[in-house]
Amino acid sequence: MIFNKRSQMAATHKRPATLAELRNGEEGILDRLDLPDDIARRLMELGFLPGNAIIPARTAPGGGARVFRVDGSEIALRDDTAARLFMRLHFPSIKAATP
Amino acid sequence: MSNCHDSGPRKGLLPNPTIPVPHAAVNERPLIVAIIGPPNSGKSTLFNRLTGLRQKVANFPGVTVEHRMGKAKLKNRQEVFLVDLPGVYSLHPRSEDEQVANDILKGVRPGFAKPDAVVLILDVTNLGRHLVLAAPVLSLGLPTLVVLNMADDLAVRGGKVDVSALSHELGAPVVLVSASKGTGVDRIQQFLSGTAANLAGAKPARVELPVLNDVPKCRQWASKLNSRASYRAPAPPIWTRRLDSVFLHPVFGPLVFAAVVVAVFQSIFSWAQPIMDGMTYAVSMSGQWMGMVLPNGVVRSLVVNGVWAGVGSVLVFLPQILLLFLFIGVLEDSGYMARAALIADRTMAKFGLQGKSFIPLLSAYACAVPAVMATRVIENKRDRIATIMIAPLMTCSARLPVYTLIIAAFVPNIPLVRGVLSLPAATMLLLYVLGFAAAVITARLLKSTVLKSQRSSFILEMPPYRLPTLQSLSLRLIDRGKVFLRRAGTVILTVSIVLWILANLPLSHGKMPEIENSYAGMVGKTIEPAIKPLGFNWKIGIGLITSLAAREVIVGTLGTIYGIESDGNSEGLEKALHADLTPAGAVALLVFFAFAMQCFSTIAVVRRETGGWKWPIFQFSYMLALAYGGSLVAYRVANLFFQ
Repeated sequence: MIFNKRSQMAATHKRPATLAELRNGEEGILDRLDLPDDIARRLMELGFLPGNAIIPARTAPGGGARVFRVDGSEIALRDDTAARLFMRLHFPSIKAATP
Repeated sequence: MSNCHDSGPRKGLLPNPTIPVPHAAVNERPLIVAIIGPPNSGKSTLFNRLTGLRQKVANFPGVTVEHRMGKAKLKNRQEVFLVDLPGVYSLHPRSEDEQVANDILKGVRPGFAKPDAVVLILDVTNLGRHLVLAAPVLSLGLPTLVVLNMADDLAVRGGKVDVSALSHELGAPVVLVSASKGTGVDRIQQFLSGTAANLAGAKPARVELPVLNDVPKCRQWASKLNSRASYRAPAPPIWTRRLDSVFLHPVFGPLVFAAVVVAVFQSIFSWAQPIMDGMTYAVSMSGQWMGMVLPNGVVRSLVVNGVWAGVGSVLVFLPQILLLFLFIGVLEDSGYMARAALIADRTMAKFGLQGKSFIPLLSAYACAVPAVMATRVIENKRDRIATIMIAPLMTCSARLPVYTLIIAAFVPNIPLVRGVLSLPAATMLLLYVLGFAAAVITARLLKSTVLKSQRSSFILEMPPYRLPTLQSLSLRLIDRGKVFLRRAGTVILTVSIVLWILANLPLSHGKMPEIENSYAGMVGKTIEPAIKPLGFNWKIGIGLITSLAAREVIVGTLGTIYGIESDGNSEGLEKALHADLTPAGAVALLVFFAFAMQCFSTIAVVRRETGGWKWPIFQFSYMLALAYGGSLVAYRVANLFFQ
C-alpha cells in the first residue's frame, strides 16, 4: 500500500530521493511510504508520516541500520527499510506544511 | 469544534460527590482499573509505585500475553485492582499485545472482566506522538485519567503544557506526574478512590475524536490538542545524545558492548563466589545441625538426606541467579538494551534473525522462561518462533549448578594464559560458546527451511537513557527470587521426597535396601543400556530422569543418592562423583546438559507462546537428539585423550 500525499506535485519535480540516501544530519521531508501495510502503519505510529521532517542522526556501529530523529524521538531502521521511504528532499518551501 | 460543552468538562479530579453511590455496584466485586500506555512511557514504574509488593505476574486466560496485577494502596481501605496492560502504540490489533489490550479494554476477552476505569499514561516529553493513543482509549467511554509522566524531565529540558486546557480538550482529568520520583502519584490515588466511590460520575465528557483507523488524522488531532494546550516540546535530551555518541560510536560502541557482556559473565562467576561459598557453608551447617537434633531413624534420613540434601544443594545458586537478573534489569531499565539490540542487529541478520532477538537471547542466559515471553517484542511471527526455538540452547542459570559441580569435580585448577584464565573458567566459557554456537546454527537451519521468510524489518525506538529506580529493580529481583524459591520448594522438594522414597523401597527383611536394589536403582538400571554409550551409569541415569523436570534437580538428586549411600554428608559430592564418572563421561555429561531441553517450565511456556504442542514437541525432540548425538561424539573423542 502506498501512502501518497501531494504525489502530483512531486511528480513534476526531480526524482525524490529515499531516506536511505539522506546523509547524517541532513533534514528531509517524508513524501510516502512504499512498504507493506502493517509495517507502514507501525512506522506512521512512530512518526514517519508524510509531511514530517526526518533527520538521520547516526549510523549503527558496523552499518546496516541508522537511527533517525523523527517527531521528538529516535527510531532505528535498517537501510533496506529506509530505502522504501521516499523523500521530498529538494523542496524546502514545503517545510511550512509540516504539522 | 467539540460537543464537550453539552455535558460540561470536569474541572477537578474527583467526580461530582453529590451523585448518590449505588452500593450494590460497589460491593459486588472490587474495582478493576487498567493501566495502558505506549512502550517507554514509564508504565511499569507507575504500576510499581501504586502497588508496591502487592502485585503478581499472571497470564491472561487463553493467550500468551503476560500481565501483572496488583492492589493499589488507597487511603480509605478501598480495594482497587490494577491491571498492567502491554505497552502499545495504538489499539489497532496488529500484534498480539495490541490485540490483547484492545480486547481487554472492550471487555470481549473471555474470562476477563471489563475494566471499570482506565489510567492512560503518556510520556509528556514526547506528547505529540504519545497523545495519539488517547483517541482510541477515550473512545471506549470508560472513566479515564490521563497521566502525563516524566514531568521532571519536561521541566528540566524547558518544555511546558497547560494541564487544565488539555483536560478541557480531552474531556477527561489530566495529571502531571513523575512516576520515578513519586511526585503527583497521590493525585492518581485520588482518582482511583474517587472512581471507586462513584463510577457513574466519572465517565469522560464527549469530545470530538478523529477517525481511529486513519493514523495521519489521529496525529493531526493530537497536534491540534497540543497547540490548544500550549504544549512546548522540551529541548532534545542532551545526555542521551552524549551517551549515544559513545555507546553507538563505530569503534567505542562495540567495545562497550563487549565490555558489558564480559562484565555480566565475570560478575556471575567471580563476584558471586563469596556469597555462594557463604550459602554452601550455611546449608551444610544447617544440615549437620538437623542431623544432630533429629532422632536417628526414618525422619532424620528423610529430612537430612532426602529434603535438605536435595533442596539445599540448589538453594546455593540463588545469589548467582539474582545477580544475573539484576544486570539484565539494569540494562533494560536504563535504555541500553535497545542500543545493544541495534549493535547486534547486523550479526543477528547473518543468522536470519534481527536485533530484537538479542534481548530475549541475552535474558535466556538467566532463564529461558522470561526469554521466551520477551520474544513478544518481535513482530515477525517466524522470527519470533525461531528465537523461541533457540532460546533454551543459551546457557541458562539452571545449568550453572550442574556445570559448576562437574567442573569442580573433574577439571583441575590449572592457570592458563599467565593466570588471566584458569582451566575451569575456560571450560565454563567453552560450554557457553558451545550453547551459543548450537543456537545460531539452529537459527540458520530453521530460517532457511521451515521458518523461511523475507528479510524482516527491524524497527526499534531508542528511548532516552534513564536511571533505573531502586524500587523497580528490587521488585524484579523479589519476583525472580520468589519464582526460584517456589521451584525449590515445590518441584525440587517433591522430586527429592519421591526420590528418597523410591531409593528406600522396597524394604527387604524390614530394612531399607541398598540403593542398587531400590526402585530408583531399578529405573536407573533399566535405562542404563541406552546411556552406556555416553559413559553414564545407572546413578547418572536417575539424575537424567529427575532433571527432566528442571536441570538443577540433578544436583539435588545426586545429593540424595550419595547422601543415602554414604549415610552422612561428610563425603563431598564432588569426590563421590569420581566413583561413577570417568573424565570422558564428565565431558559427555556437560555436553548433554548444554543441549538437552530438561525443563518443564520452558516446555510449558513454549506451548503457551506458540499456541500448541507442535513446536514444544519438535524442540524437545530436536534438543534431545542433539544432546544424545553431541555427548556420544564428545565421549568418543574425550576417550582418545584420556586413555
